Amino acid sequence: MNKTAAEIPVSPQGTGTFISGISAFYKKISKNRGALIGGYLILFFIIVAVVGPLLTVHDPFEVDYSKILLAPSTTHWLGTDHNGRDVFTRIVHGMSITLTIGFSSVTVGALIGIPLGILSGYYGRMLDTVLMRCIDVLLAFPGILLALSLVSVLGGSVRNLIIAVGVFSIPSFARIVRGSTMAVRKLEYIDAVRALGASDLRIIFRHILPNILSPIIVQATIRIAISILIASALSFLGLGPKPPTPEWGAMLSQARSYMYDHPHTALFPGLAIVSVVLSFNIFGDGLRDAYDPRLKA
Amino acid sequence: MLTFIIRRLLQAVPVVIGVTILVFSLMHLIPGDPAQIIAGEAAPPAQVEALRERLGLNDPIPVQYFKYIGRLVRGDLGQSIRSSRPVLDEIKIRYKVTFRLAFMSLTVSCLIGLTAGVISAVRQYKPDDTLVMVAALFGLSMPSFWLGLMLIKYIAVQLMLVPPSGWGTWQQAILPVITLGTSGAAIIARMTRSSMLDVINQDYIRTARAKGLPERIVIYRHALKNALIPVVTVVGLELGALLSGTVVTETVFAINGMGRLAIQAISSRDFPVVQGVVLVFALTFVTVNLLVDISYRYLNKRMELF
Repeated sequence: MNKTAAEIPVSPQGTGTFISGISAFYKKISKNRGALIGGYLILFFIIVAVVGPLLTVHDPFEVDYSKILLAPSTTHWLGTDHNGRDVFTRIVHGMSITLTIGFSSVTVGALIGIPLGILSGYYGRMLDTVLMRCIDVLLAFPGILLALSLVSVLGGSVRNLIIAVGVFSIPSFARIVRGSTMAVRKLEYIDAVRALGASDLRIIFRHILPNILSPIIVQATIRIAISILIASALSFLGLGPKPPTPEWGAMLSQARSYMYDHPHTALFPGLAIVSVVLSFNIFGDGLRDAYDPRLKA
Repeated sequence: MLTFIIRRLLQAVPVVIGVTILVFSLMHLIPGDPAQIIAGEAAPPAQVEALRERLGLNDPIPVQYFKYIGRLVRGDLGQSIRSSRPVLDEIKIRYKVTFRLAFMSLTVSCLIGLTAGVISAVRQYKPDDTLVMVAALFGLSMPSFWLGLMLIKYIAVQLMLVPPSGWGTWQQAILPVITLGTSGAAIIARMTRSSMLDVINQDYIRTARAKGLPERIVIYRHALKNALIPVVTVVGLELGALLSGTVVTETVFAINGMGRLAIQAISSRDFPVVQGVVLVFALTFVTVNLLVDISYRYLNKRMELF
């Protein structure tokens, strides 16, 4: 996670489009085992999030006091919670919330962080100094606390959770994009395109952005893992979507009072978080290795 | 070295100013009237007005900011709305607990992370390397609050090896430190490994080996010293993660520190306390990273002055 995307060498491909950037990306990851395993796991989780809720036999919300805190069995694979709801069903229904928070918050962070990083890296000088100091300020705020204060001000809901966690991703995107932009900007072909009369906007969109796509993708993957962890922590602290939403962090927070006698209520939602975060981390590691052959040695 | 320290100090000034602006804005980001929200929906208008006056919300915003800074300089962080005590006092009694927890966790993370990272790098692709890297990947992917809950359930309650909550004795510190330190240890282990591998493959290490130096000296005296440089930066940034991790860990283990204070203040809408805690956390982070940058420079004297 630390050998971050910033250290991935940018590969100048001359002029490029997003399509060529993306197809080159596929070619690269298909050779890396970690990236493939992680990628397939993520794909599996996405399918579960979309199709899963249609296939579960139990209702994730229906309270049934005759079935409170049952241990795992063949009818209730992962047992039931303090309201008699099937834990497995709730985990399956919570998958889409977790993935939505992960993807959307990183999109928020990327949409703000990438332009900031490009401006900073491309124009440099005063603008760079000012923007980077602003980023330093954001970095100075311990992540959860920043998100926490934002959620406390905005109120708890999935949307606000996404905003709060997304803000936390801005600095890392800005920094990595800035570094990569600076590296690409110095290359000769950029001078050549400029000499041919290309505008700044054209240089940025046609020549710089496609070439810094790989560190951005690697960073986004790693950030999704981190964002899911932070969002679940916020939710655990009671700042997420309101019950009875089957959000995993919230499920764990409720399970706190019952886990001593009924450990399955806390064990499985936690394992669900671990598996999703793990698959994004494996995917991210694989991508990074695919782009940084130096580390494979 | 001295000029570097001075320049680095000056660089921190705009960051500190930015931090105060952001913390100050927190109050004004609240949708609607902060006084009304703090006082509660049903509060009589006179009470809301009194609160607004007390919080200085009637002044124009820049005036409010400068008044805020003026009070900060005098060490006045405002008054808790709930307890009516000065925010600084509330923080003072808890700061030591949180700082100690974070520092102990950081120490443990470094010890475990560095050892595991070096073993992993020296035994690259051997079973012990795989084991360390898989463990690190899990450490990185676990929500700390869940790890804490599982430790309480299985280690404290089931096996009764340590107390499940509280703060004071060293036994009570064990589980919180593990909870808070795990992800840091994982990050440091991964960083140390890749940094060591970078160094080990370089020419001067080959030269040291060719000279016939024992492998132990090559690894510890030559390789590790240089491999540590990027690790130091990570350790500094890790402290930020650790500080925010205390919020979760203190809640899980019922430790009366700053993190728990923040959560309580947020749920009771005690915004002056929230502002105070966020400010103190951010300033701690800035200070520690200042120290890290200076020690980084000390470790890496070859780094050119920029």
